Amino acid sequence: MKKVFSRPKSLTKIPFHYCAGCDHPIAHRLIAEIIDELEIRERLIAVWPIGCSVMGDKYFDLDSILASHGKAPAVATGVALGRLTNPDVLIFTYQGDGDMVSIGLGEIIHAANRGELFTAFFINNAIYAMTSGQMAPTTVVGQKTKTCPLGRDPKVHGYPIRMCELLQTLLTPAYIARVALFDAKHINKAKKAIRKAFQFQMDGKGFSFVEIISACPTNWKAKYPECREFIKEKMLPVFPLKEFKTFQIDNEGEKNV
Amino acid sequence: MKKPVFMKGNEAVIEGAIAAGCKAVLGYPITPSTEGLEYAVKRMRQIGGIAKQMESEAAVSHALYGAGAVGIRAMTITSGPGFNWMHDAVDYMATSEVPTNIIDIMRGGPALGNIAPSQSDVRSAKGGANGDYRTIILAPSSVQNLADFTFLAFELADKWRNPVFVLGDGMLGQMKETLILPEPITELPEKPWRLSGAKNRPPNKFIPFDLNPAGLEAINKKLDRKYNQIKETEIRYEAINIKKPDILVVAFGLVARIIKSVIKEAEKENLSIGLIRPITLWPFPDEVINQAAERTNKILVVEMNMGQIVDDVRLAVNGKTPVKFYGRAGGLITTTEEITEKIKEVLNIVKGEVQR
Repeated sequence: MKKVFSRPKSLTKIPFHYCAGCDHPIAHRLIAEIIDELEIRERLIAVWPIGCSVMGDKYFDLDSILASHGKAPAVATGVALGRLTNPDVLIFTYQGDGDMVSIGLGEIIHAANRGELFTAFFINNAIYAMTSGQMAPTTVVGQKTKTCPLGRDPKVHGYPIRMCELLQTLLTPAYIARVALFDAKHINKAKKAIRKAFQFQMDGKGFSFVEIISACPTNWKAKYPECREFIKEKMLPVFPLKEFKTFQIDNEGEKNV
Repeated sequence: MKKPVFMKGNEAVIEGAIAAGCKAVLGYPITPSTEGLEYAVKRMRQIGGIAKQMESEAAVSHALYGAGAVGIRAMTITSGPGFNWMHDAVDYMATSEVPTNIIDIMRGGPALGNIAPSQSDVRSAKGGANGDYRTIILAPSSVQNLADFTFLAFELADKWRNPVFVLGDGMLGQMKETLILPEPITELPEKPWRLSGAKNRPPNKFIPFDLNPAGLEAINKKLDRKYNQIKETEIRYEAINIKKPDILVVAFGLVARIIKSVIKEAEKENLSIGLIRPITLWPFPDEVINQAAERTNKILVVEMNMGQIVDDVRLAVNGKTPVKFYGRAGGLITTTEEITEKIKEVLNIVKGEVQR
């Protein structure tokens, strides 16, 4: 009988600790599947963040380093220096919205703008999840959290920061895309974007970035079907799903589109 | 014998690093150390290394953490406020045992302070980040020392898998002196622990946290054992005339050099001054100071700050002898005349007679 489904080889046997309905496991699994398909596990170094995915190294069977709050892109910049002696190295960072967009906003923008050769995964669930539900820079208008119990008010908190749109203003990055995981169709699209992001890095095209819109049932205080509706109705109008930038090659040479 | 070169301190640092096999310099401009990064940009291009201007000192330190973890010999050079921000990743490096080298050309503090020379960063060097970690701290007193100690810093950082700081007084970075550059090393140590992709081996990891308190205590104890070994083997100091001086002076860096002039002048007046110059500010040379304290009844600590090693000296002396302090802060350089006067005051010299 043909085996059609199994655990990706790049994952360890340790079960995920994430809450029921959390989208981290799906994101982890998609990344692991692509690592297997591209056969790059032995070339990879993972840079993990602070946040719910702080234990990422336990689940991925990869060389790993834990970065301080928001600083994964700076750590990855240093890790990339490893190419001086080991040119085959590939790198990914994995960060949540509080980590990347709040405390680490400077580091991600500058790493992207220098064109550091690594792939950045960005889990946007519009909330600080590990610290149990405070307002994130990506919390949408009206969304209630422990630090905006009456809902995010633009007059007080400003509007959510949109990372893909922000990074799109930079000329350097090679690939920027936003995807979601709330149904099979979108999961497949997300997987394609993850593959493309790694491919851009492997081809030396430059910095690649995939934002993954994710659900946090625990801190949104909602069951998954409600989370799905929240994503579709409240998040996607603010965070549209698309490829924002792809580095293409045409007859006139290489250019960013 | 190599030919002497005439070079600015901030540049000598980079030459010392290159001799030690440094292949990456990360930095952020700050006076009075900026020439180090500028010079590194030129030299790294020549030797096939990388010099990178980062967006902040904090980003520099995190990038150093990454560079150290992949086994590249990397460094930065900074000053005062920059040194504070560099501490952003020092605790991560110390805890996950990643070697790194941070050269701090100290300026007047606290806060923005000024850009004049000072020795104001010793305390922050000894514990500017959270938790029970230690860093080796070297204190040069000449441009020659800056090159040599930067070279040594790379060796010690790799030997102990630990951050090493070189604390140079502000003027050391800026002044030009004749020096002999260190002999370039030919072989770098193997680093089987480095991140390089988990090929034919289990993954290597740098994960400085443990949610289990017992696990975290074990990490602390392991580090503490290492720090004790460093204390046993890496203490460095210079001692002059410490057998039975009228007064023992403890000073580091450029101040120690000024004290040497004071000693010479004082000999003319038949005054015997001893000097202990800690070269490692951590681990601190407490044993030699403790022994010397038994043979004199006057100790004076001189620093270009309001007293940042004087507590270490008092702990070393352990009450055997009174310890006096003289310091100039804010970027003022102490003079031989000032120190001589202070020494005479401590010795209670009346009309040229030492009151022993």
